[in-house]
Amino acid sequence: MLPAPFEYHAPRSVDEALDLLDQFGDEGKVLAGGQSLIPLLKLRFASPAHLVDINKIKDLDFIEERDGTLRIGPLFRHKAAERSSLLASRYQVMADAAPMIADPIIRNRGTIAGSVAHADPSGDWGTVLLAMDAELVLRSKKGSRTVKARDFFSGPFSTALEPTEILTEIRIPAAKPMTGGAYLKLERKVGDFATVAVAVQLRMDDGKVGSAGIGLTAVGPQNIKAEKAEASLKGVRLDDAAIKQAAALAADASDPKADHRGSVEYKRNVVRVFTERGLKRASERARGGG
Amino acid sequence: MGQSITVTVNGEQRSAEVEPRLLLVHFLREKLRLTGTHIGCDTTHCGACTVLVDGTPVKSCTMLAVQADGQQVTTVEGLLTGGALHPMQAAFKEEHGLQCGFCTPGMMLTSIALLKDNPDPTDDDIRWALSGNICRCTGYMNIVKAVKSAAVQMKAAAAVPAATAAARS
Repeated sequence: MLPAPFEYHAPRSVDEALDLLDQFGDEGKVLAGGQSLIPLLKLRFASPAHLVDINKIKDLDFIEERDGTLRIGPLFRHKAAERSSLLASRYQVMADAAPMIADPIIRNRGTIAGSVAHADPSGDWGTVLLAMDAELVLRSKKGSRTVKARDFFSGPFSTALEPTEILTEIRIPAAKPMTGGAYLKLERKVGDFATVAVAVQLRMDDGKVGSAGIGLTAVGPQNIKAEKAEASLKGVRLDDAAIKQAAALAADASDPKADHRGSVEYKRNVVRVFTERGLKRASERARGGG
Repeated sequence: MGQSITVTVNGEQRSAEVEPRLLLVHFLREKLRLTGTHIGCDTTHCGACTVLVDGTPVKSCTMLAVQADGQQVTTVEGLLTGGALHPMQAAFKEEHGLQCGFCTPGMMLTSIALLKDNPDPTDDDIRWALSGNICRCTGYMNIVKAVKSAAVQMKAAAAVPAATAAARS
């Protein structure tokens, strides 16, 4: 399969890339890892006139904790996330998700930011960022703005990102003491999209829940932040009753469609079960176990 | 709308004018006539078209040829040295790691990258590393055996020059 013709640009700096995008408007598209975009071009679901490849720009492949924020650059790839000791020790929800993205060869090239910008409702990273209360820095030639993950997704493959903007940084609140996370994903086989997945980020505070983040994958028109379930946990002891109630609220927040991966009832039940398990695993990790 | 690119393929600099939409796999197969890289699914699932780009396994149906400009690409044709099979090729042959052979170039290139990272992998490590390469013939058993066998051979081969150097010093 061949994509429709386009012009290819490989700028060497973000400013140069933003100039190009400004010039092309709706006709321009950013190419990062390309593991979603190139298949879309081949299937001709997308046919931009100009591709702006950011892979030749230096210094976009980074992850760092600085000033209370975990910052992730646009070329930070799934493979690097999978191998990051920082994520493994302090951000388990991300460390859990990374090796479950697609397959190992795709993880070599695909990027977290690209996956988020692509906004597939079955994508994993958007859900993780919703649970972690991340912010996204969107930069255009005119300046930069910061959008919360919860305001970023607006529907299937639709986001607040303008065609003239680049997602230049993902910002996640640095993990405070007693924080743990988990990502649970049901997939039929390696490389398949999730049937259902749930992300949990939990901070305990003096035996009670300080804050809880819960995200849902593949059970609605976009990645979902289960806000009622999150709110139900704030300030309470994480006993079985609290976990059950939050899991039921998360299942209510899901809006799955029946397909070859399962029925509506089945998927909603997996949301419930995974939310329970995710909360238990996250709380064990917050207490320093597992 | 041609764009000129220079890619080092199997150690040799190859320059060409290509359309930006040309996929790396088509560049290798049609421009360079290196047909050892196979097209299986053409949808980023099967791993048959896997090549190494700067040493990293990549599905060449999901990368543009223009993106490989200035980079090093290794295909299955690059594994033979002076007429001798690469230890990975020899191991696939010895352990019957293939039947139809369609997935084999991708399997071997992914496995070579694995052994560079992890010279002594467990069966699980191998299965995990190869989970993006699909084989419809073998049931994978002999592929895993082949990669294990290659790991032993390659470790032994790497140890010989080191031992020789140590003996000399």
